Amino acid sequence: MGTVSINVNGVDFTREVEPRLLFVHFLRDVLGLTGTHVGCDTSQCGACTVLVDGEATKSCTLFAVQLEGRKVTTIEGIAQAGKLHPVQQAFWDKHGLQCGFCTPGMIITTCALLDKNPKPTEEEIRHGLEGNICRCTGYHNIVKAVQEAAEKLPAARGN
Amino acid sequence: MATQPQLFGQSIKRREDPRLITGKGTYVDDVKLPGTTHAAFVRSPHAHARIKSIDTTAARNSKGVVAVYTGKDLVAGGVKPLPVGWLLPDIKIPPYNVLAVDKARYMGDAVAVVIAETPYLARDAADLVEVDYEPLPAVVEGIKAAQAGAPQLHNEAPNNVSFKWSLGDKQKTDDAFKSAAKTVKQKFHNQRLIPNAIEPRATLASVNPGTGEVTAWITTQNPHVHRLLMAAFVLGMPETKLRIISPDVGGGFGSKIFVYPEECALTWATKQINRPVKWVADRREAFITDRHGRDHDTEAEIALDAKGKIVGLRVKTIANMGAYLSLFAPCVPTYLYGTLLSGCYQIPNIFVDVTGVFTNTVPVDAYRGAGRPEACYVVERMVDLAAKEIGVDPVEIRRRNFIPKEAFPYQTPVAVQYDSGNYPIALDKALETLNYSALRKEQENLRKQGRYLGIGFSTYVEACGLAPSQVAGALGAQAGLYESANVRVHPTGKVTVFTGSHSHGQGHETTFAQIAADELQVPMDDIEIVHGDTGQIPFGMGSYGSRSGPVGGTAIYLSVQKIKEKAKKIAAHLLEAKEEDVTYEGGKFFVKGSPDRSKGFGDVALMAYLAHNMPKGLEPGLEALTFFDPGNFVFPFGTHIAVVEVSKETGKTKIVRYVAVDDLGRVINPMIVDGMVQGGIVQGASQALWEEAIYDENGTLLTGSFMNYAMPHADDVPFFELGRTETPSPVNPLGIKGAGETGTIASTAAVANAVMDALSPFGIRHLDMPFTPGRVWEAIRSSGR
Repeated sequence: MGTVSINVNGVDFTREVEPRLLFVHFLRDVLGLTGTHVGCDTSQCGACTVLVDGEATKSCTLFAVQLEGRKVTTIEGIAQAGKLHPVQQAFWDKHGLQCGFCTPGMIITTCALLDKNPKPTEEEIRHGLEGNICRCTGYHNIVKAVQEAAEKLPAARGN
Repeated sequence: MATQPQLFGQSIKRREDPRLITGKGTYVDDVKLPGTTHAAFVRSPHAHARIKSIDTTAARNSKGVVAVYTGKDLVAGGVKPLPVGWLLPDIKIPPYNVLAVDKARYMGDAVAVVIAETPYLARDAADLVEVDYEPLPAVVEGIKAAQAGAPQLHNEAPNNVSFKWSLGDKQKTDDAFKSAAKTVKQKFHNQRLIPNAIEPRATLASVNPGTGEVTAWITTQNPHVHRLLMAAFVLGMPETKLRIISPDVGGGFGSKIFVYPEECALTWATKQINRPVKWVADRREAFITDRHGRDHDTEAEIALDAKGKIVGLRVKTIANMGAYLSLFAPCVPTYLYGTLLSGCYQIPNIFVDVTGVFTNTVPVDAYRGAGRPEACYVVERMVDLAAKEIGVDPVEIRRRNFIPKEAFPYQTPVAVQYDSGNYPIALDKALETLNYSALRKEQENLRKQGRYLGIGFSTYVEACGLAPSQVAGALGAQAGLYESANVRVHPTGKVTVFTGSHSHGQGHETTFAQIAADELQVPMDDIEIVHGDTGQIPFGMGSYGSRSGPVGGTAIYLSVQKIKEKAKKIAAHLLEAKEEDVTYEGGKFFVKGSPDRSKGFGDVALMAYLAHNMPKGLEPGLEALTFFDPGNFVFPFGTHIAVVEVSKETGKTKIVRYVAVDDLGRVINPMIVDGMVQGGIVQGASQALWEEAIYDENGTLLTGSFMNYAMPHADDVPFFELGRTETPSPVNPLGIKGAGETGTIASTAAVANAVMDALSPFGIRHLDMPFTPGRVWEAIRSSGR
């Protein structure tokens, strides 16, 4: 066992962990942040995506001990002051989810995508979501949601 | 009196979404109980092997291990084999033990379970279970399994045959072929698919040591069916001691209907160790244990008269059932397949013959569409091949053979009676959206430039809302096919609707509230929809076969009528008026003509519970239970058109456009229905282009992870162009037809026909799916053109 200190959603956590503990299990089972999901074991589905220092990262590919000193944002941490993040709002407004299981990863990936490319084309959006699998929506409304979020985000950010 | 605007037909945003987009959903693995232990299953790496011995000593002594059980332990503990819920004449049902006892029959067949303090420790110990296997020859293809000399899976099923089944008039059909002007033959392999709901299956079983009651959270589409079958057939415990909760569930597509070994083992084990025990499949485990779909080998033959009218269809299918019969497996390639072989056409003579065989593969059962996509694929491909043979446009042959509007209800020669339909209007609308003639010209021009566009049609019909119980029972169902709804009006006038239907993405909390709010004339916010808990809901058959809306939704509608009836009696009494003079509008009861004398819904509800001033003989309370057993299936239909471009250089197919005009009867929430159709289209198109479960000859699943099983991604598909026509179903008072599977049923054939159209300049008449770049490139190269 070793100690790891990680800032998750603005709060510092120091916990004793096994070296082999996957970061996604640290989030879900140690911190109880169950919004981040596990949908595969080969880093393909993207349900476990979180932001690590602002970068979309599949939390099943990392050991918790690798996150020492890093800042992490999960789906539970993106709504501010009780107000939905514009990406969350867009997924709701555009019916970008059905069963909801891939959704946290989709939303986090979208946040990172729009951070890097605030005005993506349809093709760029589809390419940007390539690492996240959804079995319900056929992606139609997910892409619409990302387009909607891209439109609404600048105003929400106040620029 | 102001009435509340109608909610039925409105694209109301989903009420379940706020929790799901903020990470506050509760899926089975999100349920945490103190003291929970964790299970890991030991699975056969062999497709077929005798289990000579199992040594669990090292595993038992491993760190953190609480218990280890083998198949023999479970049998000794009274655990019975998994049940089969649909019987056919002379069907062979070999025992399917929760943990294999003497033989493992597919790669992934569970042979032992290890329970430990953490999931990691359980896996460590599972690796220490030593199983001495004697590998046996395996057979994985349906066709080969039925041949002489094939390895035999079960003593109970000689020649690996589980059942032989047929439907239709063989003699008449054979005669029709003899006198036909043209006949066309084709063999099809409808490949095996893996459902891959993104949430893997999971179970958390927890015994209350004081009462002996077990609560099991299971990823199930039908918790009551699970409870009944697990309690009565597998575990031999009273239903009253088993509560099943199916909380948020991350997709099902059929794969979460069935009773699986894992939930049975855990429900038994929690009672042995008196602690909660949890199991969550990892994806690799899902690939080798979730029930697979499709896997048919078919020979079809179609007969036409001189005018291009279809006079007969003969179909012979070998259905690969996998290693054991899964819960509803026998009905999928029979009553959900053979009955749909008339498609939307007037075919006077049809005969279908199906043989279900065992192979050393994961059991096959219902997967989105279940039998109907296989039927649609055969019919729509055969119609296209026939059109080519007689040299008419695929649209023209369809028009010539459509069942005319006046012929409904239409009795097909394969048992079912279609409720309602108007097939040309959907086709016309789709052609108009597509701008068909212009696109054919464009196709012609592009071909001259060496670009290969294909246009493919699927004018499908499907059957959903499986019913009625009496008919299903006569055909072999071991279950009823109704749905329940208990509507409880609380003293404050707030309403809870308990539905036996289950949502795992369908949006019941929204659509069912729309139905109830309309009828009760109360705000949607006053209505809670509860599903997925046998402790709260009287009974239910769950969600599959696109039955939630037409069957579950109707049950709610009918319960609400009962509520209104009783409430009206109370209101009339309070208003000192005759019941027939009282009317209900905008949430208020009033005497016709004097809306100022009124009683609000809440006032009446309160009186129902206070019971201080009730009509004579009327009991207190305001609650109504309905079991709705519809009189027939409902039959959605429509036209799907895929436009694809195939690259001659790479063999790669791109879907350029996709037009779908569906007739789903009346639609509760267009936004939600569109979403299901879009998702369904991709799931079906993906069968045509990418997905295939591939076993090697030893029975090793080669496509056992997302790294090698081709799931569709966002950049593989375009936006879809959707339209609708609306032909209400006469089967239920809401006119609903069901929408969950149409996309998948229609799209595989549409995309397949489009790819074959694109490849026609190369003289390619037929290829089997999936049309992977390699397969297409090879076919183009072999054509020599």
